[in-house]
Amino acid sequence: MSLARAIETGDLAELPSRRDEDWRWTDLRGLLRVLPPPSKATEDAAPAGPFAGLAQTEVLIVNGRGERRLVIAPGERRIMALRIIAAANAGAHASRLEIDIGADAQLTLLESYEGQSSDYVVETDLVFELRKGGALERVVLAQDAASAVSVSRAQVSMSPGSSLWQTVATFGAKRQRLETQVRNPGGGASVRLDGIYLLNGQRHADITTIVAHTGVGGVTDQLVKGVVDGQARGVFQGRIVVSPGADRTDARMGHHALVLSDRAEVDAKPELEIYADDVACTHGNTVGALDEEALFYAGSRGIPEREARAMLIEAFVVEAIDRIGHEGARERIRALSAEHLKGSS
Amino acid sequence: MLSIKDLRVEVAGKPILEALSLEIPAGEVHAVMGPNGAGKSTLSYALAGRPGYEVTGGSAVLDGEDLLALNPSERAARGVFLSFQYPTEVPGVPGLTFIRSALNAQHRARSEPEVSAPEFLRRVREQAAMLKIDYELLKRSLNVGFSGGEKKRMEILQMALFSPRLAILDETDSGLDIDALRIVADGVNAMRSADRSMLVITHYQRLLDYVRPDRVHVLAGGRIVASGGPELAHALEAEGYDKYATAA
Repeated sequence: MSLARAIETGDLAELPSRRDEDWRWTDLRGLLRVLPPPSKATEDAAPAGPFAGLAQTEVLIVNGRGERRLVIAPGERRIMALRIIAAANAGAHASRLEIDIGADAQLTLLESYEGQSSDYVVETDLVFELRKGGALERVVLAQDAASAVSVSRAQVSMSPGSSLWQTVATFGAKRQRLETQVRNPGGGASVRLDGIYLLNGQRHADITTIVAHTGVGGVTDQLVKGVVDGQARGVFQGRIVVSPGADRTDARMGHHALVLSDRAEVDAKPELEIYADDVACTHGNTVGALDEEALFYAGSRGIPEREARAMLIEAFVVEAIDRIGHEGARERIRALSAEHLKGSS
Repeated sequence: MLSIKDLRVEVAGKPILEALSLEIPAGEVHAVMGPNGAGKSTLSYALAGRPGYEVTGGSAVLDGEDLLALNPSERAARGVFLSFQYPTEVPGVPGLTFIRSALNAQHRARSEPEVSAPEFLRRVREQAAMLKIDYELLKRSLNVGFSGGEKKRMEILQMALFSPRLAILDETDSGLDIDALRIVADGVNAMRSADRSMLVITHYQRLLDYVRPDRVHVLAGGRIVASGGPELAHALEAEGYDKYATAA
């Protein structure tokens, strides 16, 4: 059961609904009474993407059409832009891409979801195989249309000694889910799973992550920060499962959100399921308003309220942005966030 | 010059200051002393414009301008500075960034040109050295994880950089050891000037051994109940506040 299945079969009963525990805050069946017709292919050239000029190679998936499988050779180093473009108004499509990252290879993947149309319904599935000693830095930037329904699901299968360094930054959609499932086999395999969601209007974003630690000595470090305004809704579901025998697992999860208006909402479900003994696992979760004390303090020093709010909100988010490894991508996301927050504060 | 007349302030519907009157001419340092709960911090917050401190009567005028009609940032731009008893932590904003934003916001509000980055850094370095503040501290999130003494010195640093017309020091001596107290007091004394009024709010006379006030006032029961020269501070230290509790 998934949005992709529903798009392929046309069967609305395949849509996840609020009755599914993992989808209760991102109900698709209640939202979609009919599915739009399949998206048509387009010959129009895509305008430059948000990471233009930063990558060595560019891969496009337009209206669900494009590459199905990519291979990064063992030992190869590559910076690649993966642009997933929705350019069909009121169209539905699903796509699936496999990326095989060879032993000791390093892939920096600058992945953008570009909503260049409206009312589309899309699922994108990505399957990563990360071989021994391989490194994947995945920077995801989701700029969907306000009227879009968009789901991205990534599965990452890791090997000992490999690393996944991921940041998902999103501005939401009508309904949007960015899901990452990771299998961490231990043996020094290390995961960073960060997120940033900045939402206003009636936008919705759901950042869901599941990490399964199946072997001895794996690391997961997660920091997700959200700012919601207007009538927007942010969802964070983070689950870390430590299997029996996955000793010396080191897992930290942090999710912190600012709610700027009475009608905005954040739903968070951090879960640690630990079945091993010798582990270090922590989690922190806070959802609250902007610190009034700090606002008055800044005001008493001469910083007008509007400027002080923008400064404090940006400072809140920057902690997560600063952890993005690729400098160019980090600066693009910092600039987009600042621009977004100017409209919010 | 600061002129406060019959000031009444309520917090959560409860009257705290009742008809408080006080004048501090330019060039003078006045101390306000009083027992806990007398309304000392309420006076400082009311002058700075803290939300929740509701003025229900009276006036507070600085150099002919009605402070009570202004919001906190406008007051700062007109020259009001409050050194907090407990300086607020500002996560994610480096001290240098915060102070420069504040200084430039004040300049913009007064239609003065902004201070250039090199000139700003030069002034900060100079003041930081005087207050024995490690320059690296200014690159960290303001006040986050700072010791009590570091926070207070950071307040005095800002006061020096903003060069206010009215400086209010709220319990600046609390939480300071003797060395830090001396550094802070030197910083305050360096700020004494013919065109600046200073209001030193304190429970103990200790700070006043280093910062000699021109006048001392006793605040009890929400109003000034006694005023005198510096000798009044010593009398209070010897006799306590008991007799004023009944007078109020």
